[in-house]
Amino acid sequence: MNDAPPLIEVNGLEAWYGKRRILENVDFRVAAGEIRVIMGGSGSGKSTLLRHLLGLQRPVRGEVRLFGVDIARAGPHELRQIRRRLGVSFQGGALLTSLSVGENVALPLREHHAELSENQIRIMSRMKLEVVNLGGFHDLMPSQLSGGMVKRAALARAIVMDPQLLFFDEPSAGLDPVVSAELDELILRLRDALRMTIVVVTHELESAFKIADTITVLDQGRVLMTDRVDAVRGSDNERIQDLLNRRPREVVVDADAYLRRLTEEAV
Amino acid sequence: MSVSPGQPLAALGRAAVQSVAGFGYCGMLLAESLWYTAWGWRRGQPVRIAAVVAEMRRIGADALPIVCLLSLTIGIMLGIQFIAALKEFGAQSQVIVAVAKSVTREFGALITAILVAGRSGSALAARIGSMTVSQEVDALAVIGIEPVRYLVAPALIAMLVMLPVLTVFADAVAILGAALYSAPALNVTTQAYLLQTLTLLSPGDLWQGIGKSFVFAVLITLIGCSTGFSVTGGAEGVGRATTRAVVLSICYIIVADMIFSFFLNR
Amino acid sequence: MNGIVSERHGDLQLIKLEGEVDLSWSGRVRDAILAALDNASVGVDLGQVSYIDSSGIAALVEGLQTARDSGRRFVLLATSAPVLAVLELARLDRVFTLLPDLAAARAAEAG
Repeated sequence: MNDAPPLIEVNGLEAWYGKRRILENVDFRVAAGEIRVIMGGSGSGKSTLLRHLLGLQRPVRGEVRLFGVDIARAGPHELRQIRRRLGVSFQGGALLTSLSVGENVALPLREHHAELSENQIRIMSRMKLEVVNLGGFHDLMPSQLSGGMVKRAALARAIVMDPQLLFFDEPSAGLDPVVSAELDELILRLRDALRMTIVVVTHELESAFKIADTITVLDQGRVLMTDRVDAVRGSDNERIQDLLNRRPREVVVDADAYLRRLTEEAV
Repeated sequence: MSVSPGQPLAALGRAAVQSVAGFGYCGMLLAESLWYTAWGWRRGQPVRIAAVVAEMRRIGADALPIVCLLSLTIGIMLGIQFIAALKEFGAQSQVIVAVAKSVTREFGALITAILVAGRSGSALAARIGSMTVSQEVDALAVIGIEPVRYLVAPALIAMLVMLPVLTVFADAVAILGAALYSAPALNVTTQAYLLQTLTLLSPGDLWQGIGKSFVFAVLITLIGCSTGFSVTGGAEGVGRATTRAVVLSICYIIVADMIFSFFLNR
Repeated sequence: MNGIVSERHGDLQLIKLEGEVDLSWSGRVRDAILAALDNASVGVDLGQVSYIDSSGIAALVEGLQTARDSGRRFVLLATSAPVLAVLELARLDRVFTLLPDLAAARAAEAG
């Protein structure tokens, strides 16, 4: 499996938000069939990394390759081919509020596979709703669903095209423990049955350890380490241990910089 | 607190850069929308007719009653003012031509545009803004649906069709309103007033108003959509964007109107 | 490597699928199943299928739907482990009739 070219390859990625550097020299590789968890506290840059992986943000420096293609340089046709092969489940679900749940799930099929009949689209999209335990909910509008149901519907939409690559942003945020455990279980089964490569962004340790093959720990825009679960657990890196044991981080005070922050005039 | 002389200048510079960037962004939205409308279907990014029809209903049909009501009122108001003003010169008979030309050249298009900016410009900003906040716009992009094609192009086409149509309605209803008030004051029948109006109007008068309404349509759509896409900061941001969209649209509509009137009537 | 073989066994039309059933050719699978259901009950042999995506599963579901409407039988034979995993994911293993082989299918058809 290691001989195959990686599905995701990020080299020297750098991102800025105004004057603040969000990502610094990030290298990142995900092999086919892997479940990779990107872990980090808030402000670690994990959301920004995800936006770059999805091509929603162009890298200032560095490159992002999906399926071997540099997505910042890909033409519209090439990009469309890549989009067909990946699915994304956003943190808040991001279901289109103007469409029913069923139409939301069917949307990618309609956009990319005009050749499918209405009956095929119906079967394929409702089958995915069954997979996420939302069978029979296709006629409801997103506003009528609970938070956990929205998340599952979003997952159904993400996997409706059987993507090779699935991105899942904060699967368990805001869910009760039972539902979030079910989602973790589902992620594992998706990989096994549909041969998906899955990238999960989360700050929930428990779920990260349960589903991950490998974990990338981000901290203040830098990759602290990427390794198998037990190696991350056993790491003697202080920041990682802080993260694992939920210790508040020690703030290093640089007197000059501190004073400047307090007194500097706005520009 | 001392203010260095550079600061206001820097602020002015930043504002200038931002507004140039804003213009550029709107221009890009316009170009992309037109491109998708013309060639999108070849690239597998067609602008859906159903979406255009839905927008036309929202922008046009739903606004018809309020447009008619307001134009009727404005028509009556113009009738009152012109009769009062022209009476002083003993030129009441000129009321008909004054109303006809001012309504078709100016007021019909202007009132309709301001109303639609308030209704649909704000609605576009709110809809796109809340979709941006909830990552629905991102989701569209990731699915492979260009947000401009899906959200902006249908609105632009619908606006370009419906705003001129509404303007024609407004023209007709405003003149009717003026007729209802002025005909008795001028001792003619309403029918005679309307017939007289028809003989006085040239196609050029109508086209002036309709031509402007095309420009207003572009302004309302682009300002509404671009403020929507640039929303940050959650629900509060959406609210701010909505207000901003209306205020900006109305300002640009009035300025554009003035510029057009100047060049068209030289 | 990917292929469809259709052969008649008494009252039963046997459709053998092979390879990876995905969107690129699941349309052909669908057509073959629906055509076969016009004049007989159908068994689909999935023993040599190494992967099936949802469009392939959708073709099977359509087959079952059509068979039910026309009062014929529609069974899956020798379901391979990868196919079974996908069926189980959507709990379709409890909807389809899964049989070990052709003999079982013919016995069921006769009985």
